[in-house]
Amino acid sequence: MKTTYREAIRESIRQAMREDERVFLMGEDVGAYGGSFGVSPSGSGTRRCPSPRSSGAASGLPWAGCGRSSKS
Amino acid sequence: MTAPDKHALLRQMLRIRRFEERCVELYSASKIRGFLHIYIGEEAIAAGVISALRDDDAVVSTYREHGHALVRGVPADAIMAEMFGRSTGCSHGRGGSMHLFDAQRRFYGGNAIVGGGMPLAVGLALADRQTAATRITACFFGDGAVAEGEFHECLNLAALWRLPVLFCCENNRYAMGTVLEREHAATDLAARAASYSMPSRVVDGMDVVEVANAAQEAVAAVRAGGGPYFLELQTYRFRAHSMYDPDRYRDKAEIAAWKKRDPVAAMLAHETDLDALEQEIAAEIDAAVRAAEAAPLEPVGDLTRHVYAEASA
Repeated sequence: MKTTYREAIRESIRQAMREDERVFLMGEDVGAYGGSFGVSPSGSGTRRCPSPRSSGAASGLPWAGCGRSSKS
Repeated sequence: MTAPDKHALLRQMLRIRRFEERCVELYSASKIRGFLHIYIGEEAIAAGVISALRDDDAVVSTYREHGHALVRGVPADAIMAEMFGRSTGCSHGRGGSMHLFDAQRRFYGGNAIVGGGMPLAVGLALADRQTAATRITACFFGDGAVAEGEFHECLNLAALWRLPVLFCCENNRYAMGTVLEREHAATDLAARAASYSMPSRVVDGMDVVEVANAAQEAVAAVRAGGGPYFLELQTYRFRAHSMYDPDRYRDKAEIAAWKKRDPVAAMLAHETDLDALEQEIAAEIDAAVRAAEAAPLEPVGDLTRHVYAEASA
């Protein structure tokens, strides 16, 4: 099978979002802009969290989000 | 708002005070090794804030976290065993003093990194917001963390997304050995939080009733969906930064002046049977020390465990 990095990332995000409704996208310009590298699947609503340029905070945020959402 | 239960608040403060006094003795006897940061003088904050939370709320703490863990309900046995590096410790003896952790009680840890807990707290709150939970996250950090980049990123994110975080700044005036005025161009920390568009308030952290009242109000506002809330709790640590610190950077008169405002001593007059309370607490700590001394170290065979997730049996 032949693919590109870009398509592989796009497909893995798509699959993760399809398999678990709690999965959401967080990052710069994942909303109206449509993803600056063209890898985030299109869409809107609560499963898109366009975020400010806060890379320090972003390194900790998903960790806690994952730890929390795997339970209850 | 209910009137704070003064007996319960004093009991929690006294548990912290006596537990840590014992830790200092055990450290001097080389029973506890590694780093040890003592909270004595600041007990009113852990007691007042955490008593205002529900059991399903989350707590994220710092490396000066024994008091937060105790009030949260992490058993003294599990904390003491962790200090001793025993496998019955709340982090299986791998974390020690700075890494107390108890997911079951939603105590998401001490953290050895200044400001390191803040992104975790915002993440926990984001998860709760995404799942429409009504619980909140209390995030403790010190005045030193306010100088970190993550502090500003996290306050902005929490306010922007209106996340249920109660930011609790334990301002004890010293970032390790650096006094507030040498650390911050603008020393009004509550004003800086307010600049991120959230309610922000200065509280006397040496008065447990004032802390409890302020915390109740703040918790209610956050739980009602008002977004994050910032409490600057002004306090002072009576002991050095850690057991290695000779404490040469503070004026003895300054320390003595703050000790006159000891939050525990201020509440003793309200206690009708102090002897019984002291005995109850001493028994709890004695049992914790005995259990820790008798507990095993982690077997060497477990050395490579807890690095990657393990498949369930």
